Amino acid sequence: MKNTLPTSRRGFLCATAGVSGSFALGIELGGAQALEAAENANKRINIWVEIAPDDTVDIKFARSEMGQGSLTSAPQLVADELDASWEQVRISYVDANEHMRRNRAWGDMATVGSRTIRNSQDYLRTAGATAKAMLLTAASQKWSVPLSELTVNQGIISHEASNRRTGFGSLAALAATLAIPEEVSLKDPSGWHIIGKSVPRIDIPASVDGSQVYGIDIELPDMLHASIAQSPVFGGKVRTFDAEKAKGRRGILEVFTIDEGKALVVVADNWWRAKQALQEVVIEWDNQGNDSIGDAELIAQFTMALSAPEAAALPNNRGDAETALASSKTVLEADYYTPFLSHSPMEPMGATVQIANDRVDIWCSTQNAEGCLVAVANALQRDVTDVYLHRVQAGGGFGRRGGGDEYAAQAALIAAHLRTQRPVKLLWTREEDMQHDFYRPLGMYRLKAGLNEEGKITGWEARIASGSILNQMRGVPLARGVDGPATEGFLHLPYEIADQKQSYKQVNTHVPLGFWRTVGWSQTPFAREQFIDELALAAGKDPLAFRLEHMPEDELSRHILEVAAEAANWSSKPVQGVYRGIATTEPYGSYTAAVVELSVDDSGAIKVHRIIQAINCGHAVNPLNIEAQLQGATVWTLTAAMWGEINISEGRVMQSNFHDYRMLRLAEMPHVEVVIANTGGFWGGVGEPGQAPLLPAFCNALYAATGKRIRKLPLHHFGYRFA
Amino acid sequence: MQLLVNDELYEVDVEDDMPLLWVIRDVLNLKGTKYGCGIAQCGACTVHLDGELVRSCSMPVVAAQGKAIRTIEGLSKDSSHPLQLAWIEHQVPQCGYCQSGQLMAAAALLEKIPQPTDADIEATMTNICRCGTYVRIKSAIRDIAGNYYEVAEAAKSKLEEGGA
Repeated sequence: MKNTLPTSRRGFLCATAGVSGSFALGIELGGAQALEAAENANKRINIWVEIAPDDTVDIKFARSEMGQGSLTSAPQLVADELDASWEQVRISYVDANEHMRRNRAWGDMATVGSRTIRNSQDYLRTAGATAKAMLLTAASQKWSVPLSELTVNQGIISHEASNRRTGFGSLAALAATLAIPEEVSLKDPSGWHIIGKSVPRIDIPASVDGSQVYGIDIELPDMLHASIAQSPVFGGKVRTFDAEKAKGRRGILEVFTIDEGKALVVVADNWWRAKQALQEVVIEWDNQGNDSIGDAELIAQFTMALSAPEAAALPNNRGDAETALASSKTVLEADYYTPFLSHSPMEPMGATVQIANDRVDIWCSTQNAEGCLVAVANALQRDVTDVYLHRVQAGGGFGRRGGGDEYAAQAALIAAHLRTQRPVKLLWTREEDMQHDFYRPLGMYRLKAGLNEEGKITGWEARIASGSILNQMRGVPLARGVDGPATEGFLHLPYEIADQKQSYKQVNTHVPLGFWRTVGWSQTPFAREQFIDELALAAGKDPLAFRLEHMPEDELSRHILEVAAEAANWSSKPVQGVYRGIATTEPYGSYTAAVVELSVDDSGAIKVHRIIQAINCGHAVNPLNIEAQLQGATVWTLTAAMWGEINISEGRVMQSNFHDYRMLRLAEMPHVEVVIANTGGFWGGVGEPGQAPLLPAFCNALYAATGKRIRKLPLHHFGYRFA
Repeated sequence: MQLLVNDELYEVDVEDDMPLLWVIRDVLNLKGTKYGCGIAQCGACTVHLDGELVRSCSMPVVAAQGKAIRTIEGLSKDSSHPLQLAWIEHQVPQCGYCQSGQLMAAAALLEKIPQPTDADIEATMTNICRCGTYVRIKSAIRDIAGNYYEVAEAAKSKLEEGGA
């Protein structure tokens, strides 16, 4: 396969020869000083590749690192096409300010939707290939030899006939002056030497000695510290407050409200002092009428939406489901419920902002560098090109740091209120984080399907009742009334069913919604893949055989399902007392299947004996990192299945910290076997897909063990726990 | 008030009830120890106090007076602690935020029980990792537990070679 990508339509691959450092610092040097700096500086071959005189290759990374590993895997794509050796590669963040000033030259910075590799791979590989082509052209010119006689391997360019060899460093200055080629050929996967290799993650050494810097770790001279209280009831505002007592405490500078009273802030010389003082501020909140809403009201609202006459049809509807159901031998119907969930990354929200006359500096853990700049620029009503973001690692993200970065805007508002040029660090408590998240939407699903005499599905109906994150968060209108993320999992069934009628009904509540790792795919398979099992059992068939029977021959889900089944030795019975469940899904451009083996004792203690997590993500960039992501996704799924639930009472979140929003711990962690079974030919996501099939596979296994179908989460309400 | 942290004596002027975590982080500026929950649930703030594991977010600084405090910065001078090497070898961290606490917990475990059973590991390693690195934490500890001293010696001589 020859991948040829025209580079002309990729405007951001424009040549920018010269001193990259001047861009990064936002200053221009002049005269002899500039010449000297230019001699010694890295040469920017294109916007992704800089080469130093000592052959070091500096590869730029535009997205964010929050543990998902793409700070390492994205540059692997560039380095491979460049034919560099991985040992000569250094990685640095793209300056978000320069990115904005240059018309978003580095493309999308949002690190969400498992998209860093799958949505960047074409331009990142092309960047490596064009840089290599330019270095080769430079060698050809310098040595006056034909281009066709040059070879490049592991960062060394050679001309065999004249026995000459050189590293990239000596050619970089010349290469940087050349035009970027219009077209380059990308390698066939058989020629990859860094893509597909589990190179160690670049950020890990700093994570074992405490030197990794997260947003919370920023320490600047004369820094002030802020602690914040937002209205416990969503949408509420401060009516009045009494800070008399708080102000008398040591180190307290000021107590005030920001953002039209949506939050109250204490600023001190030390964060703990600010937090302690905040607890002594007496605040009267105006709850804006939202303090009567609780779980019962919300569930009633969603239940009504399940049978509301007006709902939006999904675009993949076909045939006549009603007639098909009417003529079925058996008809099954079931409702499924998934609760609101909090992200709770280990690093709580926060940001540091310093406002000077001519610029604003931010230090912040974010999943979206440009979004963070925009949030702060808007809060201060300044031009985005005045705002500079200092990139740091995020202490987990999972979607929480990719939805508007309101904590960065708050830090900016606090610094502006103080009219100070001193840096101000805002840090939320864990309690603020848990009670002022934007939550994985509550979702309810009503499924109905029929079986014929042969035990095959005749017709299929699905109603999805859930919020729309994009509509609620950003006012994005729904296309024909259907929200994509809420319905993913139903938009393409891997099963051949001629008559399908699926619909979506948006449910708006006062609870803020956000993208939670795996988004709709963390919920919809809970309904879809359990219901498929219900149908299989009603048909008297094996759940694997029943699925395969309904899948087209060319369906890639079939492949991954068979891979998982084989890894689990599905065709042989598990040992006495151990039960299995299986499920398959198609999330984020990948194909995933899971098998769970478990046993349950009379007290409800679940012992998970084995988990198979199988993925076909097309091409694997860093297999060991893929394994890590699927192990992590396993923890997410088991945590959410057993305990995950955000409850609403009197308009506010009832949970507040890890004592009542429980997380899986090491002692409860089962054995996970990750199987990467790639077919090539496409690039799928990796960070999120692991959760999608695991939840229903786990619940299907639980049904096999107990005979009780899990239609509502979390499990601990039904007497279950992990052994 | 005087504090002994990583074998260095510090004089600090803080309230008695300021949690040890915030003194370590914001007064001594040792940022490797993390804040995660503030209620001794998650273990991101784990340090050693006279060799014992404590969750520094919930311990008033006054209680640490006169005791030897060890933080992640004091686990080794050069990332050469066998556990740090094993953490890299096994590619344990994801976001890395909880790993200082995980490493301090594991180090205390191995100092007490050089060859822990799985049950020992499970009993001590109660720190929360939201990324879900548990499988690799367990493998890394198991790996090191069998040959803790050999690995430590090998790491030491490797560093000496590098320095020569």
